[in-house]
This record gives sequence, structure tokens and C-alpha cells, in this order.
Amino acid sequence: MKPAPFDYLRPATLTEALAALAAGGDEARVIAGGQSLMPMLNMRLVQPRLLIDLGRLEELRTLTAEDGWLTVGAAVTQGQVLARPTLAQEVPLLAAALPWVGHFQTRNRGTLCGSVAHADPSAETPLCLVATGGEVVLRNAWRRRSVPAADFFLGPLTTVKAADEIVECVRFPLAKPGSGHAFREVSMRHGDFAIVACAATVDGGQATLAVGGVADRPSRRSWPLVDGGLPADLDEALNAFAWDLGGDDDQHATARYRRDLVRRIGRTVLEEALSCRR
Amino acid sequence: MPPLSSSPPPAPLAAEARHPVTIVLNGRRRSGHAHPRLLLSDFLRHELGAHGTHVGCEHGVCGACTVRIDGVASRACLTLAVQADGRRIDTVEGLADGNGGRMTALQEAFRRHHALQCGFCTAGILMSLSDYLDRNPKPTEEELRDMLSGHLCRCTGYAGIVRAVMDVTGGTAASQAHQPAEADHV
Amino acid sequence: MTATETVEPRADRRTSHPAAHPAAAAIEASGPLVGRAMPRVEDAALLTGVARYADDLPVKPGTLHAAVLRSPHAHAELLGIDAAAALELPGVAAVVTGEDAKRFASPFLVGIRAPMEHWCLAVDRVRHVGEPVAVVLADSRYLAEDALDRIQVRYRPLPPVTSIRQALDPASEPLHPAVGANLINSRGFLYGDPDAAFARAARTVTVEVEYPRNSCTPMECFVVLADYDAAEDAFEVLSNFSGPFAVHPVMARALKVPASRLRLKTPPHSGGSFGNKQAVFPYVVMMGLCARVAGRPVKWVEDRLEHLMAATSATARRMRIEAAVEPDGRVLALRMEQTEDCGAYLRAPEPASLYRNHGNLTGAYDIQNLALTNRIVVTNKTPTGLNRGFGGGQLYYGLERLMNRVAAELGLDPLDVIRRNLVAADAMPYRTASGGTLDSGDYRATLEQAVREGALDALKERRGRMRAQGRLYGIGYAAVVEPSISNMGYITTVLTAEERRKAGPKNGAQATASVAVDPTGGVSVTVASAPQGQGHRTVLAQVVADVFGLRLEDIRVNTDLDTGKDAWSIASGNYSSRFAGAVAGAAQVAATRLRGRMAALVAGQLNCRAEDVRFAGGKVFSDPNPDNALSFSRVAAAGHWSPGTLPDGQEAALRETAFWTPEPLKAPTDADHINSSACYGFIFDFCGVEIDRATGALRIDRYVTMHDAGRLLNPLLVEGQILGGFAHAVGTALYEEYAYGEDGRFLSGSFADYLVPTACEVPVPVILHRESPSPVTPLGAKGVGEGNCMSTPVCLANAVADALSGIAGELPSLPLTPAKLAALVHPPEPPRPRGATAPRGTTADAGPAAPAAVPGGRGLTGEGSREVPATPEQVWAILLDPKELAALLPGCEALDLAGPNAYRAEVVVGIGPVRGRYTAEVALSDLDPPNALTLTGSGSSSLGSGSGTGHVTLERTAEGTRVTYRYSASVGGKVAAVGGRMLDSASRLLIGQFFEKLVARAGGTPAAADPSPLPVRLLHRLLRLLRIHR
Repeated sequence: MKPAPFDYLRPATLTEALAALAAGGDEARVIAGGQSLMPMLNMRLVQPRLLIDLGRLEELRTLTAEDGWLTVGAAVTQGQVLARPTLAQEVPLLAAALPWVGHFQTRNRGTLCGSVAHADPSAETPLCLVATGGEVVLRNAWRRRSVPAADFFLGPLTTVKAADEIVECVRFPLAKPGSGHAFREVSMRHGDFAIVACAATVDGGQATLAVGGVADRPSRRSWPLVDGGLPADLDEALNAFAWDLGGDDDQHATARYRRDLVRRIGRTVLEEALSCRR
Repeated sequence: MPPLSSSPPPAPLAAEARHPVTIVLNGRRRSGHAHPRLLLSDFLRHELGAHGTHVGCEHGVCGACTVRIDGVASRACLTLAVQADGRRIDTVEGLADGNGGRMTALQEAFRRHHALQCGFCTAGILMSLSDYLDRNPKPTEEELRDMLSGHLCRCTGYAGIVRAVMDVTGGTAASQAHQPAEADHV
Repeated sequence: MTATETVEPRADRRTSHPAAHPAAAAIEASGPLVGRAMPRVEDAALLTGVARYADDLPVKPGTLHAAVLRSPHAHAELLGIDAAAALELPGVAAVVTGEDAKRFASPFLVGIRAPMEHWCLAVDRVRHVGEPVAVVLADSRYLAEDALDRIQVRYRPLPPVTSIRQALDPASEPLHPAVGANLINSRGFLYGDPDAAFARAARTVTVEVEYPRNSCTPMECFVVLADYDAAEDAFEVLSNFSGPFAVHPVMARALKVPASRLRLKTPPHSGGSFGNKQAVFPYVVMMGLCARVAGRPVKWVEDRLEHLMAATSATARRMRIEAAVEPDGRVLALRMEQTEDCGAYLRAPEPASLYRNHGNLTGAYDIQNLALTNRIVVTNKTPTGLNRGFGGGQLYYGLERLMNRVAAELGLDPLDVIRRNLVAADAMPYRTASGGTLDSGDYRATLEQAVREGALDALKERRGRMRAQGRLYGIGYAAVVEPSISNMGYITTVLTAEERRKAGPKNGAQATASVAVDPTGGVSVTVASAPQGQGHRTVLAQVVADVFGLRLEDIRVNTDLDTGKDAWSIASGNYSSRFAGAVAGAAQVAATRLRGRMAALVAGQLNCRAEDVRFAGGKVFSDPNPDNALSFSRVAAAGHWSPGTLPDGQEAALRETAFWTPEPLKAPTDADHINSSACYGFIFDFCGVEIDRATGALRIDRYVTMHDAGRLLNPLLVEGQILGGFAHAVGTALYEEYAYGEDGRFLSGSFADYLVPTACEVPVPVILHRESPSPVTPLGAKGVGEGNCMSTPVCLANAVADALSGIAGELPSLPLTPAKLAALVHPPEPPRPRGATAPRGTTADAGPAAPAAVPGGRGLTGEGSREVPATPEQVWAILLDPKELAALLPGCEALDLAGPNAYRAEVVVGIGPVRGRYTAEVALSDLDPPNALTLTGSGSSSLGSGSGTGHVTLERTAEGTRVTYRYSASVGGKVAAVGGRMLDSASRLLIGQFFEKLVARAGGTPAAADPSPLPVRLLHRLLRLLRIHR
């Protein structure tokens, strides 16, 4: 269980990195924290010709809350974001969800951008990005573009990111005053991939539920609040959402169980989000 | 946006060649050679002979290979040796070095509380703890178990490990058990 | 209500036991060391990183590193192996295959009489995913793995046999054609008069259960270093093999040498086994073969994917038990049927899992009438082997579920049913129906002590309060006997008396220990116990130090084993909880004999009789005159330096080797009575669990485990064994399973798929003890390490049954996952609302990708349809045109005609960055132009194998054609083993892609055709992605 051979580049600048990526095309992969990519390299599921290491690029260490966004650069680890004292005020969903991402030891190296680029349907960071209406900033040697999270994920391990692009940063909208947020996850063990993860936001007369682990990408749906409360037909709405998400059987859980959790945990997090508005 | 650089991209380390890698291993400068794909776990064990770090899964789940990279507990199996070039790497062999050659209070507590049986997972757990307790010197049992969930142990049921850590962190010896924080984590 | 009402804080709870204060165990205190909770002498090396495990030991110059190519198929004929491209790689020395095995090796011996050949490398056929097919030997493991990817193997898949039920079906494809059926052995046993008991019983109660596959997965995987000496025709192997050394002759025979020419060594430290490292033995042979073929030393380190996929497994077992019961719950007789799934081959020492508990089939109960049918089947799964609890978890899962069911059906308290059936104290030693001898214990008193000290009453009150709140809370019980020190003859119970007579008697359980005193008075102890982390060195030092009146640090224990030099027997090794009773006992016997010899040597000098010589405090003295003392080292020196001064006839050698075998272990009788183990501990557990109504998650609220393991040699280590066994049992009960798809693909290939419980999942049980010394073993000790693997899974299951009483009848099989429990707790699923799929333009940002998977199975199946703006004839023409077909197939680079409507395709398939190059056979069949056809494809790559069948129908509509398809796909090998979570959605993605392209080819615009098609951009992205490849 050893990686196949590859060239390794540790560029001094982002420009160098992007140039190398442009030249390497689909045969090149970028690595930052490597907590998703390295297992796939070790298992030889992924066999790039060239590995471009972004891990030491100062330009990608951005971690700021400005102009209504929390911006997290590609070299910023999950542990660093989680340790940010103001995170719970800035992006409460992320503060609630990040402890569910892997473990202390993998959060020390794993990056949010890497998790987004990897696009595991059960991963928490993509879910939070979709739930909050965040965006993914993609960059290649020529241009930078910003993609709404809802449009970024296409399926398992599949996104709109082109081969010559990196996820330069991800941006989460800062929580608005008066909004409420809640996150819950059901997994087999602590730190496992979610069987179902639910993230709810209540903000400005609208309740939004985003779900990971069921469909082949994180998905969300919104409902208007009725008289300041959740709609009376929420159960029906959640049932419809659950069926739309579908879900698959695997060795640990059935599709039906996943839909059950969407109906139950979905309601729970929406109620929590409603009741914890600040 | 900066334009595409007109100069060719810098040359990568070639897959076929072994490249010099120098690390500061437990305070001592050590050099060896590595193909780009060589895992840090293999580099430590088979190139430098530091076999105290163990390999249990090579996909980042079991935690046996956990070492400190620039102070931060990380999976050596999910790190390339070339990525570690120039870094400070601390492994289980160095724990006693930082304590005048005697086992640290944490190591002693592991022994007293039978926190290990086969010992294969132990090095990784000790290295995680040495980072974690620097940051959170008095964890609750729940916090501790949360952190320990990044390690698999098949012998102990974790009970002795939890007892050992709580014993040390509850006592006055805790501050001497660990090396000073030099981590670059936030 | 808080958990502390009945459950004390963890830290306090532990203080009731002496082991909770190991620090307080003053080593220097007077009195014997045996019985004291002493920290271990092993730990300093383990804690400081200087311990030497197998992979840490130096290798000889020129050693080659091995990587093993494994079958991605559950069942297939092996048509050919082409290793030419692998051999071209620089650094690759050799590729070894089944052809080499046939030339230099023999098949392994099989424990039953059946024409079943098991080779160390597949010959002609593969029978489970992960079966070794070839070995690459190269200058490094990295290079060897590079070469694996270049070996081409041609397989012809066969129908897989993936369940016990299927294996019992005579129509199932036989794994071993010469055997003819997958039911390979069946034996009936009759003890007492069960028919009469059933006839007079008030009623009968029946359970049927199935126990899953799992294993204890030690943290260190297998390691083998092998060298072959051609001049001597001898093999020298170092491996972390854990025994039983009864397998040593099996290995030697497979290598075609006498056992004396297979020198097997074990390393100083081993990273756990729990039985599993018995299963390294086929690789010892494989690497011996490789060393012989290559003419150089070889080293192989198993990786975790290999271990989970193909190392070993506990047996799966189906059990049906019928009990004849009286109205008060007293069980008069049992009819028991056990069907054991041993995997693809019956590998030594199987069918031991099934027979290990033969003497204690009735558990802790006084049931003298027993009818038993034991069946063994083979399936296309990893061969089974030793695993902590070995057969006990399986047996007691059936037996204790039965006792629970007896109570439920009779309306009795389950605890009363247990009480009424326990063997009485005055019946000890108790002879069981099947011939076991329960050696000691007062089971009833032990149970009552546990009820009292474990505060069962408080737990029952707690259950009442929880239930009053509408919560799902249950209490479970289990009472078991824990056998230890296996009778080497028990496996022969699978043979008929006639067959046994021909084969010669097998019995006993010889333990060996050598004790030597050096000229400076140091004492060394050598045993053949192959410890795997239990602390043998510490306990042996305690035992021997006590014999000689020395300190712990005066004793040096060496547990490395070298079959070329050390005393060992076929019973040697680390299994069947034999250490405390047998090995430590043998060490005491050896040390005591040596002490006797030293006493005789020194008696003259002390002017006393030998029997009056005492050893204590590092001195040797005469009991009547303690002031006249010699130092121990002085006596030791005399034995070495002045043997000439000894009285006549006295042997000076200060070394003693003891071979000890338990007296009660005889061969099976002609009536099939067998005392399968030397001693039997008793365990009584109870627990309280809560099931979350919303998620189905189970929480262990309180667990009490009471053990009578005879005399405790080191309570700290005993506690460690119990805690470790309990953790394994929690995994078995709630998390772990080696899962297979119905197509035989393996699904638990990584530690993200095979779920070992972490510190967050394993609670701390309350541990209670009672000590009834065994009359059988020298120190009175019994085994203790396996018991909770036998008692805990069923105790938890019984608690779940209690929590769900009135809600669910039958329990699902283990592991009791949240999804399984929720399925029992949740009401029927609300139906899919009409038009549930949200119309475009609503706030549903992302809908699922069609087609929908068909729920309910582990096979990859799906269906869907597309509207195409072309006539059925036009669509038909596209499908039948090879050029068009090539463009439709995902990642197709080349498509060559191989026959009528049959093609050979080069495709690069995958999702995201995960891609594999497949050479695929593609065919169109069942042609019904222009209405229907079947498209099949199969291929394999280094990622594994894949195949699929799609039935396509074309239906004329107003707008053109409705293309409807149903597919079933099968994915095997690595990608299935580690990517199970995403296989369905990945298959859908690829199949959807095929039909999107068909729509596009037919001139349609996909977005308008289907309620939820894949986004067009995905199509473009995938097209681009999949056509760009190496």
C-alpha cells in the first residue's frame, strides 16, 4: 500500500504553482493538507504524474472575516479555523460542524478547501458551504472565478473545478444578526463519514435545511417561515425532500434509514435553529 | 490577476530519483534520501532507523504513526518525506530526551495504569497527547476521549489510557510531562 | 434523571478493585508477588520506542520485498497470468505464481477428509476476494507494488456463494468440484435422551440466529522474513506467528521439508494478535516458496487493506436451538443445529471454531440431554481462523438468546431462568452432557454476588423510570463458562470414532517452560508462549521470583521463540487462554524442580536436609537455622564452578525444562465425549442499554461483568484482559462486520469501512471478581482474556430485546447498527409524495441524479428512462453501430470487433480523480430490433473488476422514443472494498452518462427530457475528464 511514482513540486509562489498545474493538466494534482488525497494515493486509487504542494504557500494562508465573508485560504487547516475564537459568532454552523470533521490529528493538517475540492458527499465542510450559501473561489493561471457552492458540487468526487484550477479559498457568509443555526450528524462512530448530516439556518423569514450523506452531493431546501414559525406542513415538506434526496444502501445504513433521519433530524435542527436565533 | 508567468515552471523533484531530505528529529539534525513518493513513516523507520513510530493502516485512520511535525500531531503515513524536509519531527524516541533521559510523567502513568498491552498504538497516542496537552492541559474526560478517537487501540479498551492521562493532568506533574509548545498552530 | 443515579463516576467505580491503584502496589512489600497488581516489565521498551517488532528487525543484505497480487473476484477460474510487463520493470527480481507452488510446495493439510486443495498461491481457481494469485519480489515494496499493476490475469467468473443458506443449497456452484458440494461435513451427536425429555417437557422454545463475520484486527499486521538454504534444504523464517504450533508441521509439510528444517522464530514484541496471527501461516509458506524461487531472502509486510480483505475472520454461524422446558423455565434438553461458514478453504486448525466449545455446549447450565448436528460449509469468503472468543461468541449468542426467549415465552424473569438452570456448586467438578468437566466454581453464588455488588436492583429501578418517560431502555443478562487451555484432541471430534482410531489418539495440551540460573545468580525463563502484548514476561517473573524468593528484577524472561533451539510442542503458542493456567504453571513446575535441585546441592553445606532448605529474600538457608544463610548467587555460582564437589549422583545443571499437560485432557471417547478444555471460568454479565428513538443509536448505560477465573496471578493484567475483551465485544455487537455484497464483493476494506470502536464508543464496565482456584492447573489460574467476547455480544443483544419487547420480535443479526434498530423502532416510511421531485426553478438547489437505485439490496442495480427525440429505429441504429457505441461508452478509447455484436474495448473509467484503465469485453445480445436489447460488459484493472448488464427497451412515443433501462452492476476488488459508500452513486453517474450521450447523439437536449437529468455541464465535464487520460 504505497503510492505510485510521481514528480513532486513545492512551488515558491502561487504563480509557480498555477503555471505547473496548467502545464501538468489533468495529470497533475495539488496537495495541501493531504488528508483526503494521501489515502487515495497510498491505495493507488489516484495516480498523478505530478504532485504540486500548496502547503507552504503563504499566499494561501488567508483567514479573514471582512465585508460579510469569512474567507479561508487553501493552506488553512481545519484545526486553525476551529481554534479561531470568533468562529462561533462568524459562522456558527462551521463552528458546530468542524468538530465532526475527522479527528484532532487529521484536522491539524486537513484543509477546508481540500475537503471542498474532494467533494465527498458525506463531508461536513461542503455541507456547511452549501447550507450557508457560500462560494468557492477557483483560480488558474489566467483568471479567478467564484462559483456559488450550490453549483460547485456535481456528484461524488466530482465538481465544476477544471483540471487547471485550484480552490484558492472558500467563502462563508458571516451570520446575520437574528439568524439561527443548528447542526447535527449521525455517524457510526465519532469522526466517521456522516450517514446523515443536517445543517439548518433560520434567517430573514426563511428556514433552510441542508443535508449531506444522502444524495450524491450536499443539497438544501428552503421554506418561508409562517407567522415566525416553521410551516405547518413541515413533515410533508421534509418527506418530499427526503424522497428527492433518495439515498443509497451501503453496508452500514439503508437508504430508508437515511431518509428517516432527514425527516427526524431535519425537523430537530430546524427547530433548534429557530429557537436559537440571536 | 497576475499574468501567466513567461518563465517555465520550476522543475519538480523527479519521481525516479532519490532526493536529499533533512529533518530535525527529536532535536538532532538527520539526513537521508527519499523518492518523492516515500511516506514519512517509511522514511523515519527504514531510512533513519527510528522504528518507534509504527504503521498500522497507511490510510490515516488508526493513528499509530502519529508524530509531531513542527510541533503539530500529524499522521506520518499521510505525509511525504519530501514534505517534511526542513521540518522538526518529534517521535516517541525523543520524549524521554526532553525529560533528562527518564520517562515522562505521562509515560510513567501509562505504565502504572496498564494503558498499553501490545504497545503498537502507544507511540502515536503519546505523540498526540504531547501536542494536545500542550494546548489543553486539563481536558475533561469527554474532551480527552474525543481526541483519543483519532487512535485505534485493540488491546486496552482505552480505559487505562484515559485513567493515565487524567491521573497526570490532575496532578502537579502535568507541566513537566511535556515539552514546551513550539507548535505553529493557531 | 442522570446517569449517576446508578452508575458511579468512572474514577470512583474503579477504586473498588485493587487494580485501580496499581501505583499502590508496592513491589518491595513482603509476601508473594503472585496475586499482586504489578505494572509490567515489558512497558519501558514499549513506551520509549525501543521495542522491536517484526518489521523493526534488520534484514539480510539483498533481501527482496514482496507484494501480493490478489483476486478481485469472489469466485473465478484462473485462466492465465502474464507477468512479462511486471518483470520488465527495473528492480523486479521475480514473479511467483501457483505454478511455482505446484513445483516446490504442497497443498496444506485439511482437518477433515475431503478432496479439497488449498495452496499458498491460487492454482486453477480463486475462491475469495483477496486470495493471493501472484507475488512480486523487488528491491523495495514500492517497486513491487508498481509491478503488481502490470500483471495481467485472465479470469472466468463463476457464480459466487455468499451465504450459509446458499452454501447449503445443493444447486450452489461447488467451490471445490472434487468435493462436489459446499456442505463439506456434517456430524450428528447424541448425549443423554433428548427425545424422551422433549416428549415429557411442558413446551418447547426455539431460536434461530446467525452470527456475522468479523475479526479482532490487531494493530500490527502480518510480517514474514524468509530465507532458504539450498545446501541444507532448510527454511529459516521470522514471523509474528502466534501459534498454535500444531500448525508448524502443516507449514513444514507444505514446504516439503521435515519440521526440523523449518526453523521458525518469533520477534521480541508483537503488536497484538487475539488469535489472528495464527493466520500468517499460509504466508510463511508463501514467502518460504518465494525465497526458494528467488534464491534470495524475502520480506513481506501485510498492509491493512490486505489484512481486512483476506487475512482471516471469525466464522459466521447459523444456529437453531430448540429447548424442552418445564413451566418454571428449567431446561431439560436441547436440540442444537450449528452450521459454520469457514470461508473458501478449511484452513488449519479449522473446523476448530466449531468444536472448541464441544465440551461446554450447554454453557453454565445443568442440561444432560443434548442432540446436536454440526455442519460445515464453504463460501466465497476469506478463510476463517483463530479469533478471541473462538467459537464462544457464536455458541453463546445462540444459547443465551435461547434462555432469554425461554423467559419471554414463559413470562418469567430472565434472571430466574438462568438461576434455575445453573450448575450447582456441589456438582463440581461437573461432567457436561458432551463430556466436558467444569472444574470449579459456585455459579449461583457468583451470580448473586454480581447482582448485589453490581446493583442490579438500582438498574431495574432506573429502567422503570426511563420507560415511564417513554424511553427505550432494556436490561440484558448472560451467563457463560469460559473454556481455557484447549485439548489438542478436541478437533478430532469432527471425525467419526472409526476415523479417529485410524488416525491415532490426539489429546493433551503440553506447555513448556525452561528456567535457568546463571553463575551470577540471575534467573532466566524461556517459554514458548509467543505473547502478543498480554504481559507474559511480567507474570512469569512474578511466578519464578516467588519460587526462588527473589525480586522481580532478578528474573529475566525471554519470550522470543526459535523452534530450532527452544523447547516447544504442538500445543505451544498464544491461544485458548492457555498462558495463566498452562504456561505460567509450567514455569512454576520448572522453577520448583530447579529449586529442589539447588536445595539438594546446598543441603550439605547448610547441614540440613534438602527439604528443609528455604529460599527467601535472596538468601538460601535452613529452615531450622535461618542465620546460617548463603546468598542465592553463591549457591548459583557453586552449581556452575564446582560441579566436581557435588555429592555422587547429583546433577549440577542449573537448567530445568518442564513439559506440563493437564491431566484431565483425554482423547474423545467412542461416544464422542470430549473434555475440550482443561478449565472453565464462569462469567455472569448484566447491562442496561438505551436505544435512541430518533436515530436507533444504542447507548450502553451500564455494564457489569463478573468473572471467576480461578486464582488471579496479576489483577492489573487480568483487568486489562477483561477491558480489552470487552472492547472487542462492543465492536462485534455494535460496529464490526466483514460485509460482502451478494455478488461476493468485499465491502469492509479500510478502517473507515471496518469500524473498530474508538475511545468514544467503549464505556468502562464494572468488573467484579470471585476466585475459585482451578484444581487442574499448577497455580489454580484459569483463562480470562476471551470471556467477554463470549458473553458481552449476547448480553447486549438481550438488553436490546428487552428494550424492544412489545415492539420487535426477532432481533436483526449483529452488529446492531443504528440503521437496523431504527428499522424496528420507526413506523413504516411515509410514502413518496406524488411528484416529489421538485420542479426546476424552485429553491431546491441540487436534486439527486437519476436514475434511482433500487433499494433493499447490496447489489448495484438501478433503472431509469429518457425521452429521446428520434425514432426507435434511429436509436437502434446508434446502439448497433460500433463507432457510435464507442462514443457512448464512458471513457472508451478503442472498441474493436471481437465477434458478432461483441467487442473488446479499452476504457478509462472512474469518478473524479479515481480512474482505472480497463480492458473490457462488451457484447450486445437478446436483440429485438428496434424494441429491446441487452448490453453487457466486464473488465478488470488494478482497481479491481467490474461488470454490468443493462436491459434497454425502446418505446415509440409522440416525441420520439422512450428509452427505458434496467441495470445491474458488480464491482469487485480494491475499489469496492474501500469505496463502498460511493459505489451506487458512482455507477449511476457513469450509467447516466451513457444515456445522456445517447440522448445527445440522437439529437435531443437532455435538460428538457427528464425531470432531473444530470446537468449538461456535468456531461461536458465528464466527457472531457474521461477522455483525458494517461
